[in-house]
Amino acid sequence: MSFQNIQAQFEAEFENIQKNLNGKSGSDFNKMRNHSFAQFKKLGIPTVKHEDWKYSNLKNLDKIQFSFNSDSNFSKKDLEALPFSSLEGISICFVNGVFNEELSTLGNVPKIKVLTLETAVEQIPEVIEKHYGKYVETEKEGLSALNNALSNTGSVIVIDKNYVLESPIIIRYISDVKSEDIAVNLHNLIVVGEHSEVKIVEIFQTEGQKTSFSNLVTEIFVDKEAIAHYYKIQDENDQSYHVGTTQVNQEDKSYFYSATITLNGGFVRNNLNLVLNGQYIDNHMYGLYIPNGKQHVDNHTLVDHKMPNCESNELYKGVLMDSSNGVFNGKIFVREDAQKTNAYQNCRNVITSDSATMNSKPQLEIWADDVKCSHGTTTGKLNDEAIFYMQSRGIPKPEAIRLQLVAFAEDVVSQIKIEELREMLDTMIENKLK
Amino acid sequence: MLKISNLQARVESKEILRGINLDIKPGEIHAIMGPNGSGKSTLASVLAGREDYEVTGGTVEFNGKDLLELAPEERAAEGIFLAFQYPVEIPGVTTINFLKTAINQIRKYHEKEPLDAAQFLKLMKEKAKSVKIDDQLLRRSLNEGFSGGEKKRNEIFQMAMLEPSLGILDETDSGLDIDALKIVADGVNQLRSADRSFIVVTHYQRLLDYIVPDFVHVLYKGRIVKSGTKELALELEEKGYDWIKSEADALEASMV
Repeated sequence: MSFQNIQAQFEAEFENIQKNLNGKSGSDFNKMRNHSFAQFKKLGIPTVKHEDWKYSNLKNLDKIQFSFNSDSNFSKKDLEALPFSSLEGISICFVNGVFNEELSTLGNVPKIKVLTLETAVEQIPEVIEKHYGKYVETEKEGLSALNNALSNTGSVIVIDKNYVLESPIIIRYISDVKSEDIAVNLHNLIVVGEHSEVKIVEIFQTEGQKTSFSNLVTEIFVDKEAIAHYYKIQDENDQSYHVGTTQVNQEDKSYFYSATITLNGGFVRNNLNLVLNGQYIDNHMYGLYIPNGKQHVDNHTLVDHKMPNCESNELYKGVLMDSSNGVFNGKIFVREDAQKTNAYQNCRNVITSDSATMNSKPQLEIWADDVKCSHGTTTGKLNDEAIFYMQSRGIPKPEAIRLQLVAFAEDVVSQIKIEELREMLDTMIENKLK
Repeated sequence: MLKISNLQARVESKEILRGINLDIKPGEIHAIMGPNGSGKSTLASVLAGREDYEVTGGTVEFNGKDLLELAPEERAAEGIFLAFQYPVEIPGVTTINFLKTAINQIRKYHEKEPLDAAQFLKLMKEKAKSVKIDDQLLRRSLNEGFSGGEKKRNEIFQMAMLEPSLGILDETDSGLDIDALKIVADGVNQLRSADRSFIVVTHYQRLLDYIVPDFVHVLYKGRIVKSGTKELALELEEKGYDWIKSEADALEASMV
């Protein structure tokens, strides 16, 4: 398998970025880019021979000629026509990887900074220096290295200490592929200060029917006693490729609650990696994917328990329709020092068609001896007896199936702490499961 | 109301019903008794339209319609209600939501406007009171974590809500203590009316002390081998099923 064509495109884009640095080519930032690009050239794009990519094949990427940072006339009116556009909060919007001020509502809250990466480099260089690129694994992950090398923007969100932000911060990503196949590399950094609380929503959407390749990294630093809610909502077209890595670093007594909801997307790979770098840390990871047609959704999660007295809790649920594919791989590491760890993982899937497939693999590696860990994974069809029960009360079979699937999905959606978002998701899920 | 003629059914290759004949008129209560494995629950399931059974012969006419032609949900809409022996737990769907969907689907079948939330809640409160079921239970996921008695009471509550013309109780007494049994029987008795009939499937006579049948039929090896009035149930309670079995086996042997 080869990725010569696509690899050449990335090289050209890298050179293009280097040419337009306007004298900043010697900066530390650019040194990191060069290092990462060298690393990408060494690692390449992962193939199915790579254990972590066994069920997710990117080979068709090589057939496409991508445009980088492609121009778009995507307007406010276009945005308003998309789902989730009425969700209220501070928002920052990227169209084809370019910050769009008109579609953003950055707000003016004194304790919150919502900036583009290039502005953040100017205004808060100390934050960038301390956190940017410090958590994501770029030495072993080819696409994360590529992201580090090619991303020339992204959002930087900083919440000061001791501040609870009620309204969510929304990061919108629009792929405008009405006329061109586009590639996007964005890199975000979210820093939640000590004893603060924030809700972050990432929303991925497509306009048009051509192909997009989004290769994204979001690094989240949750400081001591801070609470971060993180919701990733994906509703992209069937031609889209999405590889997104969310890398979370948690400090003492912090909480991280996430929900990753994949409504639609041609090829989706979500990596959610949590490093618990302190004691008395708590986190909950929820996921829901409802692929149909030939959609492919792959969730890889990793929780690294490094210190004692922490808890992680994970529930991923899937409804797989038509000829869709699902992959779940959940790794939990409990290091030698991480005594008194509680780590739970559960992946449950319902398959509604004989042509759908699900591969799920829990992976626990435990070096400590005083821990409570469990994992479980189930994949099956809906309970026929339950369907008959509903029919015997006058509910037609399709409606009986839909009611049960919606209830199955609700376990995950109900975890979301933004009521407005929950309602929007309920409607979309109900419509898709019809 | 219901006319079953020579009904035969099997599951996989096993013949379970081997020619059932039964005629039920409006307002009547028929008890179906019989030893384990005689086909009692199969009869109840076939009438409700469970797919696991294949009907291989005979006819069932319900209020002038060919029942066997109808999907389970159409049978429900036409007025058949099966109270399950083992009510199914459905996580995430509350009894309220479930019944609202059911009632409005049935109304849609009859080309009636759906009930709005207020109308539905009013109806629900009224019926919950009549069968003595706690409102709070109805707000929980359907049957999930319910005790055996609560599940059976929920079945009777659903029956009260859907107001069927034929209620089929499939071993509703199984697993109930005497107090729960009385409450369930009470609920059924309240639903008795001149145009509503019941089939009460039971292994034991006990339930029939509280739901007094007009007729008692004994099912054995997939056939009704004896019919009588409520006194037959008492006789069975006293003498067991063995005498019926030997009578029926002797008859079958003589016919071969």
